[in-house]
Amino acid sequence: MTLTPVAPTIRSRPVYAALEPWPGRLHLIIADGEGADAVIGMLVKANNRSEILSATHVMYTPGPNGTDLSSKLEALGAAQFFRAPTIPALLPRLQRVLSDAHMGTQFYLAGTEGLIGQAEREIMATGFPFAAIQKEHRGSTVRRVQCVHCKGITENVSTNPFKCSHCGLNLFVRDHYSRRQAAFQGVNIDAEDPGEVPESVVRFK
Amino acid sequence: MSLDFKPGAFNDFFRDETFREDFTYRNSPQNIRRFPFPFDRDDYMYSVNMEPHVPGRKGTAFEHILDVDEHYVSEMIDRAKVLADDPLRCQSLPHMTLAGWDLLELIMEAKARDYPEWFSLERNGNRWRWVNRPLGIDHSFTFLDESTLPYGPFEYITRQTQGDFSLQDERDGTLWMDAGMVTSQADWSLDFDVGMNFHEWHAPVPLAHEKGVFDRALKFLLKLQHGAPVRRFNWTMTVNPLLDTAPETYPKWGPTKTSLTQENLGRKQHLRVELQSLYRLPRSNAIAFDIRCYLASFDEIVTVPKWGRRLHRVIRDLPEELATYKGFIRNRDAMVSWLAKYDDGAPTSPGWWPDE
Ligand code: HEM
Repeated sequence: MTLTPVAPTIRSRPVYAALEPWPGRLHLIIADGEGADAVIGMLVKANNRSEILSATHVMYTPGPNGTDLSSKLEALGAAQFFRAPTIPALLPRLQRVLSDAHMGTQFYLAGTEGLIGQAEREIMATGFPFAAIQKEHRGSTVRRVQCVHCKGITENVSTNPFKCSHCGLNLFVRDHYSRRQAAFQGVNIDAEDPGEVPESVVRFK
Repeated sequence: MSLDFKPGAFNDFFRDETFREDFTYRNSPQNIRRFPFPFDRDDYMYSVNMEPHVPGRKGTAFEHILDVDEHYVSEMIDRAKVLADDPLRCQSLPHMTLAGWDLLELIMEAKARDYPEWFSLERNGNRWRWVNRPLGIDHSFTFLDESTLPYGPFEYITRQTQGDFSLQDERDGTLWMDAGMVTSQADWSLDFDVGMNFHEWHAPVPLAHEKGVFDRALKFLLKLQHGAPVRRFNWTMTVNPLLDTAPETYPKWGPTKTSLTQENLGRKQHLRVELQSLYRLPRSNAIAFDIRCYLASFDEIVTVPKWGRRLHRVIRDLPEELATYKGFIRNRDAMVSWLAKYDDGAPTSPGWWPDE
């Protein structure tokens, strides 16, 4: 398993790269699902692995496809390890930790785009520069989508089109991506011809 | 404290009309002549089409930097309705307040200078008195003190100014759309785009990225100087004179695209022109982007023979990607057949002005 390939697409879509060990006073690792392997891969590259681990806080949650590598990650022996059952259950702890993270903190985000996007949004909100945030997309490609009509967010969208979980409209999933919403945009596909909804196809796994 | 309009004065000039339901919006014959027809030749492709925004010919939409026309009062009433239905159409991230004051100053000064019969501004240090006669507003407030206005400065002034506005903060070598008043947009969502940078919010546009249009446009904009605004045109097509073609309400207005026939097309199909102008703001160093929307039905356009001929050629020959992106591919053929009646094949003169 390596970096999930992202087809070349439009400029609002985030780009990802393999995590690299960077010098820092604190290493905050936030990962889900197969993202655990990206973290392990990053540490393999480090020649000061135990030094990094002694200043590392790992927050992990299983992926939307059920992949749970928490024991593998916990076994690394980071100074702090936390397993949350879901992303929403992980975020309050991240917010608390960010409230006293200082400059010189390195952020490593790995896993699905939903996890990466939401963690990145929390980090950016505290004013940390982009440059301190690394992102590696691994595992499931399901999308977090905002319905442009009702504004509700549907998590883990795998098909295109799909039914908005809030208002029930049939939505086409665009590549247009908002970091502030941490979501792709969904637009009603049969607005012009109500009822003419193309068959929904699994596009994101 | 609120911003209750008390329009009614000057009804001999400002039209009482609607941009929804019964769609009574029309252009008077004089207003058609001053319509900013956007095509200066018989074909169209994206380019870095920017020129200095200097006052232009008398009696045109370019006479003043902020054009106030016969639709002013009705457009402001329409904007108030859109905002009542969906307050997310106006957003300003916290660091943009100063840029909002900059814009308020720019607009009040320009309107009071160019339209003294309708607007006036008295400044006594930071104590300002603003009078907007067409909307029946007379407010005294303290410049840079938000508590003295019924809305933030950006929302306050853009509720009284035709055109959508966005404010761009400059950081990290790009522009960030960190505030916007967007109620007459060509199908893009402020709520989704707010906080994006120049290349991100332009991401959905076809062909232009590859042509380097956005790289060059951004480079140009980063050099924009206070006191030297620039302008450009954009355009698209809208069925019915609907100002608020928002993605948010697309399920409501999308079906109207299937309502065109050769009989009703001239009345229903509108050319939608955006006269966009860009200003560097003095205190915040932000860039204000004014997207002023003008609508004219095909019936109105073809009263100027040169425009009828030219519109036919532009629409007929427009690259498919652009007609698709602009959302009128399904009606392009119908438009071309309708317009063909107004194209006798005669050559057109260069430039966008009607022939005398
Ligand atoms: C800072 C000011 C600007 C803002 C806020 C802005 C905003 C936007 C937005 C929101 C869209 C719609 C994108 C979508 O489909 O979601 C758009 C389209 C576009 N913009 Fe800009 N823009 C700005 C400046 C410029 C400049 C200077 C150019 C010059 C080349 C430009 C060229 C275009 C073009 C060609 C399109 C496609 C329009 C169409 O075909 O209908 N923009 N812009």
